[in-house]
Amino acid sequence: MKVLVFAEQREGEFRKAALEACGAGRRLAEGGELVGVVIGRGASAAAPKLAAYGPDRILTVEHPQLELYSTEGYTTALEAAIKQEQPDAVLIAGTATGRDLGPRLGARLGVPVLADVINLSWNEGKLAAVRPIYAGKLHLSVRSQAQPGVATTRPKAFPAGAPDPGRQAQISPLEVELAPDAIRARVTQMHSEAEGTIELTEADIVVSGGRGLKSHENFKLLEELARTLGAAVGASRAAVDSGWRTHGDQVGQTGKVVSPTLYIACGISGAIQHLAGMTSSKVIVAINKDPEAPIFKIADYGIVGDVFEVVPALTEAIKAMK
Amino acid sequence: MNILVCVKHVPDTEAAVKIAADGKSIQTQDVNFVLNPYDEYAVEEALRLREARGGEVTLLSAGPEEAKKSLRTGLAMGADKAVHLVCAHRHDTLTLARALAAAAGQIPFDLILCGKQAVDDDEAQLGVMLAEALSLPSVSAIVKLEVLDGKAVARREVESGLEVVETSLPAVFTAQKGLNDPRYPSLKGIMMAKQKKIEEIACAQSDSQVEILDLAYPKSRSGGKIVGQGAAAVPELVRLLHEEAKVL
Ligand SMILES: Cc1cc2nc3c(=O)[nH]c(=O)nc-3n(C[C@H](O)[C@H](O)[C@H](O)COP(=O)(O)OP(=O)(O)OC[C@H]3O[C@@H](n4cnc5c(N)ncnc54)[C@H](O)[C@@H]3O)c2cc1C
Ligand SMILES: Nc1ncnc2c1ncn2[C@@H]1O[C@H](COP(=O)(O)O)[C@@H](O)[C@H]1O
Repeated sequence: MKVLVFAEQREGEFRKAALEACGAGRRLAEGGELVGVVIGRGASAAAPKLAAYGPDRILTVEHPQLELYSTEGYTTALEAAIKQEQPDAVLIAGTATGRDLGPRLGARLGVPVLADVINLSWNEGKLAAVRPIYAGKLHLSVRSQAQPGVATTRPKAFPAGAPDPGRQAQISPLEVELAPDAIRARVTQMHSEAEGTIELTEADIVVSGGRGLKSHENFKLLEELARTLGAAVGASRAAVDSGWRTHGDQVGQTGKVVSPTLYIACGISGAIQHLAGMTSSKVIVAINKDPEAPIFKIADYGIVGDVFEVVPALTEAIKAMK
Repeated sequence: MNILVCVKHVPDTEAAVKIAADGKSIQTQDVNFVLNPYDEYAVEEALRLREARGGEVTLLSAGPEEAKKSLRTGLAMGADKAVHLVCAHRHDTLTLARALAAAAGQIPFDLILCGKQAVDDDEAQLGVMLAEALSLPSVSAIVKLEVLDGKAVARREVESGLEVVETSLPAVFTAQKGLNDPRYPSLKGIMMAKQKKIEEIACAQSDSQVEILDLAYPKSRSGGKIVGQGAAAVPELVRLLHEEAKVL
């Protein structure tokens, strides 16, 4: 089988989720061919780094109109790659960019997109996938009837696989034509987060706080714990709606879905909408003063206690361990 | 400025969804259906734009007869008109986007708003697919929207921060949480919504390009252990995370 993967990069760095999509693509291609597509500023400089993650060939697309991501520009570039390669499947990592690009590409090609999948396989020669629906309350298995089968992959659902520095890939540029007015919606500015912040959906450890934290200032306790652990800080909707954290930090049904190795919920009751965003974490720890809090029903380890005592003690214990 | 808002009637986020006897859909009896939460942000943004710039807000929903309930909710919030694309059968999202695009062709609009995601199928795809079907630009998952003459500036959240995106109009935007605080329908709004006529359009029958193979409950997490009380339990927790769970 021939699989094409859009390998998202920004300023020459590949997104973790894109490397995971490459890993998924490598397995899906079986003995067949895996083709990576790298688009945008820095694409050809970044391409050699991708080789270690499995593609047999890498196409790079650079164009003055494609310096930054745009839905229309990247769709046209990826469409050109697909027309040239005629793959059986196309995979796109389900990042903010991927979830924007996937549906536009599918509609352009006239094929459906299996969105936010956590498992991929072939079923009678067609692309099949499992996708969580109803905020993860159910798992739906679907099969695309169309060629190529297109899917966006959920971050952290697929292992990236260890890089193999010995792997070689053939790298070649792909020319695309874009009319000067082809891109109607353009990024004009980027407001980047502070250097060193770990992206929630990519973090291996997430420390989240809820209404139990009681104020914006008290989140410093969680930030301190997060720094010690190399973790990202998340929040419940109650904490976000109280103005203590920004919307981008919200974990849950109307926030981000995270699947870290370790999730530490502090002063969070465990409402069904919060659980929707974190139950696929490998290990869950809950710290809550109410022994009846529903979060304890799904947590692997719980401490019944006051976050203002337990969290600083935990930070100290981990510092001491290191 | 005329604004078209696509809305979906979905199970309440609290609902305990159960698999139906056919093994491929959910039981709908005893499930409370509501206007999709993300679509509330879309309706609210449309109402604010109308309040600032005049024009009309038209709601569009595809679905079975019950979908009219969510159209009524949107009307009660203050939308002017509602169109129901009556279809009982299941579509894949691209086919649905094309059906909605055809319906949108009969409604005058300068801008379309959708929710970022429907909380039942969780696809987060329809708005962008609709834009492509209508050959329009789109900005997805927006947290801010400013409409200027003939163009709009939107902000969208990405992993590394915020993108400011400028687009020509008409365009399609999908609403992310944070865009606004949706209003509750007023009593007067609810009364008025009851009297408004919902226009019906028949939906062409078409086959889904996505076949459902199976629907299953995910492996449930079993509650673990309470390690102890207060700060005194911390050493034991750290030991368990290190030695048993091997995550530290
Ligand atoms: C449509 C919809 C979508 C939603 N989406 C989301 C979502 O995406 N994410 C989300 O999180 N929620 C979401 N919610 C809200 C959800 O229903 C809950 O209201 C919310 O998760 C509660 O947040 P919380 O646990 O922080 O607050 P609470 O439920 O108030 O819980 C606070 C907890 O802190 C504990 N506590 C208090 N003080 C201390 C202390 N000193 N030490 C230790 N523990 C303490 C209490 O015992 C309590 O258990 C959504 C709701 C709706 C209707
Ligand atoms: N049946 C429908 N009728 C009208 N709008 C819909 C329908 N389904 C989805 N939408 C819109 O598309 C958005 C995203 O839905 P989805 O791609 O299914 O997650 C929703 O928030 C709605 O605004």
